[in-house]
Amino acid sequence: MVEDALPRLVVAPTFAAALLFIYGYIAWTAVLSFTTSRMLPSYHFGGLIQYANLFDNARWSVALGNLLVFGVGFVVICLVVGLTLAILLDQNIRAEGFIRSVYLYPMALSFIVTGTAWKWLLNPELGFEKVMHDFGFADFSFDWLINPDRAIYCVVIAGVWQSSGFVMALFLAGLRGIDDSIIKAARVDGASLPTIYRRIILPSLWPTFFSCFMILAHIAIKSFDLVMALTGGGPGFASDVPATFMYAFAFTRNQIGMGAASAMMMLMIVVAVIVPFLYSDLRGGRRG
Amino acid sequence: MADASNPATGTNLGRVLIYAALALTCLYYLLPLYVMVVTSLKSLDEIRTGNLVAPPQNLTFDPWIKAWSSACTGVNCGGMRGYFMNSVMFTIPAVMLSTLIGAANGYVMTMWRSRFSDILFAALMMGCFIPFQVVLLPMARTLGVLGIANSVLGLVFVHTVYGLAFTTLFFRNYYITIPDELVKAAKIDGAGFFLIFRRIILPLSIPIIVVSVIWQFTQVWNDFLFGVVFSSGESQPITVALNNLVNTSTGVKEYNVNMAAAIIAALPTLFVYVVAGKHFVRGLTAGAVKG
Amino acid sequence: MAIKLKTLCAGVMGAVLLGSMAAQAAEVEVLHYWTSGGEAKAAAELKKIVEAKGNTWKDFAVAGGAGENAMTVLKARVVSGNPPTAAQIKGPTIQEWGAEGSLGNLDAVAKANNWDGLLPTVVANVMKYQGHYVAVPVNVHRVNWMWANPEVFKKAGATVPKTWDEFVVAADKIQKAGFIPVAHGGQPWQDFTVFESVVLGVGGHAFYKKALVDLDPASLNSPTMVKSFEMLRTVHKYIDKDSANRDWNLATAMVINGKAAMQFMGDWAKGEFTVAGKKPGKDYICAPAPGTADAFTFNIDSLAVFEPKSADAKKGQDDLAAAVMGVPFQEVFNLNKGSIPARQGMDLSKFDDCAKESAKDFSATAKTGGLVPSIAHGMAVPGATAGAMQDVVTQFFNGNSLTPKQAAEKLAAAAKVK
Repeated sequence: MVEDALPRLVVAPTFAAALLFIYGYIAWTAVLSFTTSRMLPSYHFGGLIQYANLFDNARWSVALGNLLVFGVGFVVICLVVGLTLAILLDQNIRAEGFIRSVYLYPMALSFIVTGTAWKWLLNPELGFEKVMHDFGFADFSFDWLINPDRAIYCVVIAGVWQSSGFVMALFLAGLRGIDDSIIKAARVDGASLPTIYRRIILPSLWPTFFSCFMILAHIAIKSFDLVMALTGGGPGFASDVPATFMYAFAFTRNQIGMGAASAMMMLMIVVAVIVPFLYSDLRGGRRG
Repeated sequence: MADASNPATGTNLGRVLIYAALALTCLYYLLPLYVMVVTSLKSLDEIRTGNLVAPPQNLTFDPWIKAWSSACTGVNCGGMRGYFMNSVMFTIPAVMLSTLIGAANGYVMTMWRSRFSDILFAALMMGCFIPFQVVLLPMARTLGVLGIANSVLGLVFVHTVYGLAFTTLFFRNYYITIPDELVKAAKIDGAGFFLIFRRIILPLSIPIIVVSVIWQFTQVWNDFLFGVVFSSGESQPITVALNNLVNTSTGVKEYNVNMAAAIIAALPTLFVYVVAGKHFVRGLTAGAVKG
Repeated sequence: MAIKLKTLCAGVMGAVLLGSMAAQAAEVEVLHYWTSGGEAKAAAELKKIVEAKGNTWKDFAVAGGAGENAMTVLKARVVSGNPPTAAQIKGPTIQEWGAEGSLGNLDAVAKANNWDGLLPTVVANVMKYQGHYVAVPVNVHRVNWMWANPEVFKKAGATVPKTWDEFVVAADKIQKAGFIPVAHGGQPWQDFTVFESVVLGVGGHAFYKKALVDLDPASLNSPTMVKSFEMLRTVHKYIDKDSANRDWNLATAMVINGKAAMQFMGDWAKGEFTVAGKKPGKDYICAPAPGTADAFTFNIDSLAVFEPKSADAKKGQDDLAAAVMGVPFQEVFNLNKGSIPARQGMDLSKFDDCAKESAKDFSATAKTGGLVPSIAHGMAVPGATAGAMQDVVTQFFNGNSLTPKQAAEKLAAAAKVK
């Protein structure tokens, strides 16, 4: 009996915390999204008016579109770059320790200022474009940061810079964890290196893919500092994402009700993206 | 896996290409840091007129001295110096607490698994994804009710709570790779819950503790939003001081001082990554990432 | 249960606070976003004055995005039940806080120091909620300035424009001569700042007031507004293509080093010229934006006070308010910030020519009705409305998806957002 209760007792505080600080607050936000709250939370029922206003708001659709572009671009590129670097780094590279640190360090920096550094690098009159011009390539043009249709891709570039090293580390760890004997056996059977990667190594990296995906998706959906520091949501509001939208409306513009509605939409996106993954993970766990 | 690069398949040309690719990507990763460092060593005039990537012509360390000891971050013009300790004060307890609780949770979820613990795990995953902007106001209210609003204790509390989701994930995914037999045998021998944890599980956990500590340390140290909302004036963390320095709305922007301050603020995390980076990858290898 | 616990906590905390307060002086905690060198020096002056009266100063600076972060923090503090002594809040936001019932009252100190006599009515009204003083003004910024580099104008053979039509002529010449006519930072608030000066110049101050302060739908969606948008698009032609997300001070630097001819920006830009060692009238010209010589768009920083928790706290609050309105602080702060004192009748001999002109125009326009609140800087309409309108302006400015007519229609629709 005690043996049964003790483990539950140990996780009980976490359970209580999750209940209140995650689900309680989500419920509270949900309530607010149905009110006419403005400057501070209030509880005047407003029906679906906040949601109606939200979907009527041109800036919100831009933010949603950007989340899609950024989310897909960021996650896919991070995965590809991370995996590629991990495979390259796994080839008995001499300065592995140094190179690994170089790839990893961006994760250690806060975006308040790396955003500034990237802002300079991507800015046509200060950064790459000017540098290339100074080197004599007069036709070189790189103006994504100031192009309303391209600014969000700049966020992808900086985001990949920050997070792909971490993904690389996860993949590298995954590669190192693969049982050598399977590969040796395949080699004995005459399989070529690409075949070994395709048939044996990549499939066994599936759990790593899962972890990477979870971490990257969470960064993508929560991305806030990065956008604020790099583009400030601009030009205009061309690179707004839901997190910056929510912050602006709830805190700067005194439209807490609408901010809450946008937060609820964000949470629904989260649920739609992670629940299938989580389900497969838990089922997988049960199998094993 | 190291065998995959058998010399028989890797030609010299291939090796050269691999090194070239690695070197190029290193440049991409180092460029922003290089720009930050170079900028922090230039005078303002040189920044205004010169090329972004050009090395400083007149090397100056004044921006660093100013950032450390005399830059204004409000009425106080004592530089970043004073804020360093503030961050340490809440980062260390928060990291230790969330790691410890995460380890206990992970242990229960794998070795004493029940329906309850499975539900908790799934429920916690949502915690990784909740946008922190959403929790600011209700958390402020909660801290106010608890009487720990705008205190170091409050900050430790918030960071611990929202760090739990990740630390639990790490430990749970690590412990799931430890063979059941170990624990089963101990249980048969009559070892209790805590004894197994202390004697068998914890000694095996060093690599994942390293991972969890590095992760949490980075998250908590670099956090701005919680730090700015839940601290009070004199206990503001270093990220808030940095923000006050960098994001002044009106007035002259001293980019060299900003960059120096940014590097100062990032030194502890940089140090941790560079020094512990090896253990980090090793810890991950040991099973943290297996789903 | 929660409420009971809260009352209990508040009671205990209150007792503890009272106990400690009796022993020591009042703690004055001011939430502000004055963090740049000059501002910080000025704020330190305030700290000195307040501390001289036996209070302790607890600094609470949060910078970022024109106070956006500070507002977030302030909300969290109020929700958690321990607001600061005072916070940097301005314009209609003061009214919104007043409506929440969170603000304190400064009537006594205002009466003792004759604020009604020292402040122009327009300014005093902003500081009052339902007829009571709840805030104290720190300074008056003029937003409708144009900063020009006379050297560039001379080289291009152009004259500093006095109307928007003259602006087009001058800008063409400047562009032909190989300079950038208008230095601009492509951030929404800067777009909005230019827009407000254009409306003021094209439509005059009466129209500005009707459209952007009273939010009269007919004026918002009127031919004059369409004309203003057309002019705004013309202005956009004279901006270099790299302006996106440029900080305003970098745009000012372009005027300083002669890359660009002019910038439309409030008087805080002056600090950049001063730091670069430039003299007004000689190295740079400060002139009202085209067509706005008879008007003055004001942006007033102020400190609003929150309901104090004890008599000591109230004393600290009053000391702070009195100090802010005092001559020493008004002078030191505004010399550092480029603005002019909100307090009238001060000796301005230490101020430069631009500030003197600003002060002169301020008094003059207060009589003619040309003194209007800046919408781009949160002085004219509540945050939600101003934000929605800013979205329209910045969308129009940064692309070709809207025609001037559509923009005027959307602006009128946005003005209904509450």
